[in-house]
Amino acid sequence: MNRVAVTGMGLVCALGNNVAQCWPLLAKGESRIRPLADPGAPPYKFRHGAEALAFRPLDYFSEKDLLFLERFAQMAAVAAREAVAQSGISFAGELGNRSGVITGTSVGGQFSEEEGYVRLYRENNPRVAPLTIPRTMSNAGASRISFEFGIHGPCYTVSTACSSSNHSIGQAFWMVRNGQLTAAIAGGSEAVFAEGLLRAWEAMRVVSPEPCKPFSTERRGLSLGEGAGMLVLENWEHAVARGATILGEIIGFGMSSDAHHITQPCVDGPANAMLWALRDAAIEPDAVDYINAHGTGTQTNDITESHAIRAVFGPKAESVPVSSTKSLHGHALGAAGAVEAVATLLALEHGVVPPTANVSTIDPACEIRVVHSEPLAAKLEIALSNTFAFGGLNASLVLRRAERV
Amino acid sequence: MPEQPDAGLVSKVTAVIAKSQRIPAETITLDSTFEELKIDSLDGISIVFELENEFGIGIPDEGVQNLRSVRETVEGISKLLDEKAKAEEASVHAPPAAKDDTA
Repeated sequence: MNRVAVTGMGLVCALGNNVAQCWPLLAKGESRIRPLADPGAPPYKFRHGAEALAFRPLDYFSEKDLLFLERFAQMAAVAAREAVAQSGISFAGELGNRSGVITGTSVGGQFSEEEGYVRLYRENNPRVAPLTIPRTMSNAGASRISFEFGIHGPCYTVSTACSSSNHSIGQAFWMVRNGQLTAAIAGGSEAVFAEGLLRAWEAMRVVSPEPCKPFSTERRGLSLGEGAGMLVLENWEHAVARGATILGEIIGFGMSSDAHHITQPCVDGPANAMLWALRDAAIEPDAVDYINAHGTGTQTNDITESHAIRAVFGPKAESVPVSSTKSLHGHALGAAGAVEAVATLLALEHGVVPPTANVSTIDPACEIRVVHSEPLAAKLEIALSNTFAFGGLNASLVLRRAERV
Repeated sequence: MPEQPDAGLVSKVTAVIAKSQRIPAETITLDSTFEELKIDSLDGISIVFELENEFGIGIPDEGVQNLRSVRETVEGISKLLDEKAKAEEASVHAPPAAKDDTA
């Protein structure tokens, strides 16, 4: 089996348009969950979200290009450009055939779909925009990345709600590890601030009326966020041979299904995803130095995840640092795993656990060590990053800090 | 002996629960718990959505999480309907705004 290096990272979210802008805020625990720019009419029951307000598409694309690209696909491509530029990789020649693109998104191009419905049902106009299909399709981001960089191998999109990106990164990791691919661009993107989608989240009654407070006694739900995270995954030997800077390593991936309930989580499914990820990495729980939690801030997720962590880690659950960066960049749904994989790799690189924000008192029922309010400086080698989705689908990644040469 | 809620209200709430959950209304009594009716929290969200439509009221999220039985639901709706009636009465009897009020 091949080792899998991370040689490039890209990030777009409410914290900034690239890794350099996002990391200082992550490291300090500075939340960008803010009052919504458009509070809706009538106003949504929730007032906050983590919007990527600094992301201006015309800074990155021509007007012609934008005809074909919805916000989620734009963000995917921009994050991929950053990751590829940092990696210094070129997909020209045979490498393009030996490389792939795997992205995750939960809802794809929601805006164009809603615009189509407005024409159809509100304006009684049966002439829906001709580019609605290519703009809404969930693989629009993956395809754009593929033809922007000339990547001719496997290119597809995984849609498993909030676990989409960990599934996409995990599959790409396995394909590079098994030698099917030499390199892959993997991650995900989501653009959630479309009115119909926000109304649907409002109706689910899981969005917090204030910025989310994961693991807090006062938690009242999640805060939605938008963004994209992309990684360049590369066969270790290939990366070393071309003199690439190795930023980190993916060493394990585990996934499971609760087979239990469409929205209510259980302890066994998440615990199994973590256990199988650790087993895949051939490490014991004791080796884990940091857990980037799914940590949505809903009553049910946080208590269930805490119990699952205890089930896997036993007494060590009281000492291993856990944080939810969703309190900083919001819950980016299908992009959550990708945004958090980048955050986790940066945490490993810098030896800093980004703190959970907006929290004053940890729920005593969550018997884990939640890092909150202040960042924690620590020697970090290995981290686990969790995503759990509606539908009971769980996916965990194990990441390792780059070896210091 | 607790006060018995209005029979008409009980009947309407029961009908909403029955329709929303696709269960026969006769299986639902005032003392049925949601657990007995196999209604979980996600079902509860759908029931509350239909109750809001039926009665023209808004039910706060916190209220939804605490619903465990038909009786609690009826009592909660009754309270919200009382508040709605009081608010409507207050708006009818409110003095008209002064014409020179430019605030």
